[in-house]
Amino acid sequence: GLPRSYRVFRGISSWSFFKLAGSLVNITSLLAVQPKSKKTLTKSGVKNIVVVEGVRIPFLQSGTSYADLMPHDLARAALQGLLNRTSVPREVVDYIVYGTVIQEVKTSNVAREAALGAGFSDKTPAHTVTMACISSNQAMTTGVGMIAAGQCDVVVAGGVELMSDVPIRHSRKMRKTMLTLNRAKTLGQKLSLLSKIRPDYFAPELPAVAEFSTSETMGHSADRLAAAFAVSRLEQDEYALRSHTLAKKAQDGGLLLDVVPFKVPGKDTVTKDNGIRPSSMEQMGKLKPAFVKPYGTVTAANSSFLTDGASAVLLMSEEKALAMGYKPKAYLRDFVYVSQDPKDQLLLGPTYATPKVLEKAGLTMADIDVFEFHEAFAGQILANLKAMDSDWFAQNYMGRKSKVGAPPLEKFNTWGGSLSLGHPFAATGCRLVMTTAHSLKKEGGQYGLVAACAAGGLPKCVLGP
Amino acid sequence: LDDLLQGFILEGFFSHCIMTQDELNFIVKLPCLLGSWFMVLICCFQVNTLSKQLSSEFTDIMNEIWANEAVKSAVLISSKPGSFIAGADLDMIEACKTSQEVAQLSQEGQKMLEKIEQSPKPVVAAISGSCLGGGLELAIACHYRIATKEKKTVLATPEVLLGLLPGAGGTQRLPKMVGLPAAFDIMLTGRNIRADRAKKMGLVDQLVDPLGPGVKSPEARTIEYLEEVAIDFARGLANRTVSAKRSKGLMQKLTDYAMAVPFVRQQVYKTVENKVRKQTKGLYPAPLKIIETVKAGLDQGHDAGYLAESQNFGQLAVTKESKALLGLYRGQVYCKKNKFGTPQQEVKTLAVLGAGLMGAGIAQVSVDKGLKTILKDTAQQGLDRGQQQVFKGLNSKVKKKSLTSFERDSILSNLTGQLDYKGFEKADMVIEAVFEDINIKHKVLKEVEAVIPAHCVFASNTSALPISQIAAVSKRPEKVIGMHYFSPVDRMQLLEIITTDKTSQDTAASAVAVGLKQGKIVIVVKDGPGFYTTRCLGPMLAEVVRVLQEGTDPKKIDAISTAFGFPVGAATLIDEVGVDVATHVAEDLGKAFGERFGGGSIELFKLMVEKGFLGRKAGKGFYIYQEGVKNRSVNSGMDEILARFKLPAKPEVCTDEDIQMRLVTRFVNEAAMCLQEGILSSPVEGDIGAVFGLGFPPCLGGPFRYVDSYGAKQLVDKLRKYEAVYGSQFTPCQLLLDYANNPSKKFHQ
Repeated sequence: GLPRSYRVFRGISSWSFFKLAGSLVNITSLLAVQPKSKKTLTKSGVKNIVVVEGVRIPFLQSGTSYADLMPHDLARAALQGLLNRTSVPREVVDYIVYGTVIQEVKTSNVAREAALGAGFSDKTPAHTVTMACISSNQAMTTGVGMIAAGQCDVVVAGGVELMSDVPIRHSRKMRKTMLTLNRAKTLGQKLSLLSKIRPDYFAPELPAVAEFSTSETMGHSADRLAAAFAVSRLEQDEYALRSHTLAKKAQDGGLLLDVVPFKVPGKDTVTKDNGIRPSSMEQMGKLKPAFVKPYGTVTAANSSFLTDGASAVLLMSEEKALAMGYKPKAYLRDFVYVSQDPKDQLLLGPTYATPKVLEKAGLTMADIDVFEFHEAFAGQILANLKAMDSDWFAQNYMGRKSKVGAPPLEKFNTWGGSLSLGHPFAATGCRLVMTTAHSLKKEGGQYGLVAACAAGGLPKCVLGP
Repeated sequence: LDDLLQGFILEGFFSHCIMTQDELNFIVKLPCLLGSWFMVLICCFQVNTLSKQLSSEFTDIMNEIWANEAVKSAVLISSKPGSFIAGADLDMIEACKTSQEVAQLSQEGQKMLEKIEQSPKPVVAAISGSCLGGGLELAIACHYRIATKEKKTVLATPEVLLGLLPGAGGTQRLPKMVGLPAAFDIMLTGRNIRADRAKKMGLVDQLVDPLGPGVKSPEARTIEYLEEVAIDFARGLANRTVSAKRSKGLMQKLTDYAMAVPFVRQQVYKTVENKVRKQTKGLYPAPLKIIETVKAGLDQGHDAGYLAESQNFGQLAVTKESKALLGLYRGQVYCKKNKFGTPQQEVKTLAVLGAGLMGAGIAQVSVDKGLKTILKDTAQQGLDRGQQQVFKGLNSKVKKKSLTSFERDSILSNLTGQLDYKGFEKADMVIEAVFEDINIKHKVLKEVEAVIPAHCVFASNTSALPISQIAAVSKRPEKVIGMHYFSPVDRMQLLEIITTDKTSQDTAASAVAVGLKQGKIVIVVKDGPGFYTTRCLGPMLAEVVRVLQEGTDPKKIDAISTAFGFPVGAATLIDEVGVDVATHVAEDLGKAFGERFGGGSIELFKLMVEKGFLGRKAGKGFYIYQEGVKNRSVNSGMDEILARFKLPAKPEVCTDEDIQMRLVTRFVNEAAMCLQEGILSSPVEGDIGAVFGLGFPPCLGGPFRYVDSYGAKQLVDKLRKYEAVYGSQFTPCQLLLDYANNPSKKFHQ
C-alpha cells in the first residue's frame, strides 16, 4: 500500500470540517420512564424520531481487505447487516438515503445501487447526499426531516467511503480532445485531432487534495489550527495515544456493538476494525511532521488515517417503532448545522455548534452524559476543547457573552474515535450516533451529544434524548 | 522562575539597555531558557527604521551575546506590527551634508552587520511585514531567516527607486546568496518579493503560515508563533541539528558555476549594463553604480567591494536625482493621507456610470478593495465589454498568482453589471465616466439625483470639463466633486480630485477616502478648465504639434522626449490619449486660456480625426498599431497632413535640447501658473501629479523640484528666449519671475 503519511495526506485533504455536534441520545427506554430530574425534549406538534438500530461493517485501513471492492459493495454489506440485525421487513422501509464523499462515477447514486443489491424492494426510492465528513449525518437528518414532515415512517440512512480506490481522471485537455474526437467525422479530422495531443495531456488529474476555496490541505489547516491554539506536539501525541488505548479497550471489551461481520468475496470474514494500534509516546515522537515541514506538529500518528467502511441506521417515527414492537435505542432530538470561515476556522465547527444545539434544546453542558466528537486530528480536537474553554474566543468570534466550557474528558470519546477506529468520511456520522447510543445505555446516561466538522467549514449537531 | 530570570538578565548583562521607554530602540525580551545554560536571546525592535543609535546599541548587544556563555544563539524580531525593519532612517541620510558623511554612515552600517555575520553564535531573523532596504540587509547578514507567508511580508531593496544603492553590505551579500542574475534583478528593480517567492530564491530559509484566531487575535498569535518557531531553529542551529546551509537547486548550481567564470561574469555585466543604459537613457546614476559596486566585490575582493559600496552610496546620496526621487517618495507619503479627515459616512456601495475603459477600470480597482460596486451602462454590448475588462484585470492577477481563482470569483461577486438604476438608492457614491460631453453629463447627473439617497456623493470623472459647470444643474452642488482617473486605471497610480467652491469638506473627505481605498495617490486641486494635470499637458502638446509642423518627425520627437526622461514619447502620448480627446481638450482649453495654449495648429488634429487617425484605439494615429506587432511603424498617411501644415523651422531654437526645453518649459510654466492661481495648494501635489499622472521625468522630481534644481532664473531665461521667437505662449508667469528674482526662494526647502 501507500506509505502511511501519504495516505494520511490524501485522506485528510479530501474532507474538511464537519461538525455533527450533539446527538442527545436518551437511553431510558420510553418517555414514561424518564427520571423526573431531567426534562423531556419532546416538542409539541413534532413527531418523536427514534433510532431503532444501527450497524457498520468493520472500518479498515484503505488498501487492506476491502481494496478490490466497490463502494456499493460496502454499503450493501452494511444494509444487509442492518436487515439481519433488525429483521425489519424490507417492504416496510419507505426510503433510503446514503452519504458519500469521493464519488465512484459508475454508481453515482450509490444508495440505490446498494439497496437493490441488498434485496430491498425495487419500489423503495433512494438518494445519495454529500457533505464531506458529515455526509451520513446529512443522510440521517434528511431522514429525520422526511419522517417529521410525514412523508415516511421508516427511513434507512447510512454512509459509505472507499478510499482504496478513487477516481483519477484524464487531464481536462485530454478529455476535451477525446470528446471532440467522438464528433469528428472523417479520418482526416480524427488524425488532426490526435496529432494535437502532447505529452502533458497524459498527466492524470487526482481528486482534489485541497479545500477548493483556499487550496489548503486539511492536514495543513489542522497544523495551523493547532498552532493558533498553541497545542503542542506532545499534547497531540498524548491525545492520539488515548484514542487508540480507549478504542483497544472498547474493542477487547466487546463494546463496539455496532460492528457487523462482513464476508469479503474471495477473502476471510472481517470482524473488527484494523486501524487500532496503541503505540508508545517514544515511537510517535519519532515521526516527522506530515504537512508543515519541518517544524509542524501534525503527524501521521496524530491524524486519522484513510479508511474504507460503511454504516447504516434504521430510523422510524416513535409511533411506528412501538407499533412494530421495537425498543428504540435512541431518540434523535435536535440538530444544528453551522458553517464558518473555511480558511482559519475550518475545523472549529464543534465549538460553534455545541452551544447552539444546547440552547436550542434547552440543555447545558452539565446535562450531557456522553460526548462523541469526530476526531479528524488530535490537534483539531484539542484546539476545539481550548476554544470552547475560552471566553476570549466566545466573545470575539462567536458573539457570545462567555464560553460554553470544554466537555469533561471522562465523558468524551471514551471508546476511542476516528483517530483510532478510522474515518471512512461519509460513514463516520452513523458510527458517532450509534456509539453515543450504546455508551449512554452502558453508562446509564440520558443525553448524548455528537459533534463533527466537515469540508467547507460546515459543522452540525444532533441531539436526542 | 520567569521573574527571577528577567531580573537576572535585565539587571545583570543588559543593564545598559534599560533606559526610559522613549529612548529604547529595541529591547532584549525575556530570553528563552531551554535547559540550564541554554539561552536563546530575543532581540525585539521597537522602531521600524535603522538609525545611528540603534546601530550602536546593537553592536553593544552583539558584544554581550558573544561574551555571555549562557547565550547560545539569538533571534531578531520586531515588535512593530506590519514591519520587520522598513529600511534606514531617511532623515539620517538627508541630514548629511557631504558624500563623505553618508559614506561614513554606510560604513557604520556595514560594520554592524558584519558583526552579526561573523558571530560564532547563530543569529536568526524572524520576519513579519516589510523587510526593506536596510532591513533586508540586516536579515541577510543573519545566519538564518524565517518569514511569515503573508501578503504584508515583502522583501525588497527599494534603494534604487530613491536613487541609492543598498549601502550596508547588500550589494556584496545578495549576489552570493541568490546568484548574480537574481541579485541584479532584486537590486536594479527594487521590486517587492513576497515571502514564498523569497523562499524559492533562497532569500529566506523557512516560511511560517499565518494563523487564524486562537485564544488571541490572529495577528498577535502569528507573531508569537513566528517567535516560537524562530527560537526552535535558533536552538537547532546552536545544537547543529539544523544546518544553515541551503541545498541549492540544479539551476542555481549551474548558474553559480557559470558565474564563477570571469568571462561569463563580464558578459553578464555587459548585458545588464546595456539594458540599464537603454532603459534609463543614462538619466539615473544609481543602477549603474549598483552594477559597478557588485563588480568591485566579485572581481576585486571583499575589501574593495565594501569600500566601493560605501563610497558609491555616499556619492549617490548627494545627487540631484536621488534628492528628486526622495522628494517623490515623501510626496507620495503625503498624498496617501486624507487631509479632510474621516468622512461622516463611509462609502460601502459605489456606482459607476459608463462601462468604458475608464468606468470598468474604476470598477476594477474598487471591487477588489471590497467595495460593493454597481457598473451601469446604457447598452448591453458596452456593459459586457466592461465586465470582461474587470474579469480580465483580475484574472491576470490569478495568472501571476497574486490572487487565487476563488478570490477572483469572490471579488467579482461584489460587482453588479446593469443597464438601469436599480439599487442606486443604496449607493454612497456615484462616479460617472460617461462620454465627455457637457449635455450628457448634465443628463446623467439629473437622472442620478432622482434616484440616489441624500448623502450620496456625485463624482465626475472628466479630464477637462469644469466641475462647476457640471454641477450647475445639480440640486445639491455641495455633493458634487471631480475625480479624474488616469488610463489605464488599474495601473496609473494618480487620482486628481477636483473641488468647486461649493463642494463640501465632507464630500472631499469622502472622495479622498475612496481614492485612497482604491490604492491611489491622491492630489486635490481647485476647479478650473483642465484642472491641474490636463492643463499642464495642454501647452506641452500644443508645442509638440508645433514641432511636428516644423518638420520633426514623430519618431524623432519621441526619441528626444524620452531622452529627457519622459517614459512615453510625446507623439506616442497623443496616440495613447486619443487624437479626438486631445482635440476636444485643446479646443476647450484654447477657448479658456487663449494664446497661452497656442503654438501648434489645432486644425492638424482635426484633420487627423477626419481621416480616422484617432490613435492607438483606432489602430492608426501618428503610428500604425497592429495586434502582436511590437515595432510599430510611422503612419505614412500622416505625411500628407504634416506636409499641409508645414511651417518653417527656426534654426535658432531647433536643436534637440531646445526642442526638449520648449516642451518642458511650457509644461513647467503652466504648472507654476496653477500654483500661482491657487488651483494647486502646494508644490508637492504639483510634483506628484505631474510625475504619477503625466509621466514627468521622475529623475527630475516634478516641475517644481525641477525649477529648484535647474534654477528659476535659468528657466525664465529660456522662456524669454523662446518668447522672443514664438510669442506670448512662452511668457513666464509671475510666480516664476518672483522665484527667478530671488535665488534663495525654493519651492522645496
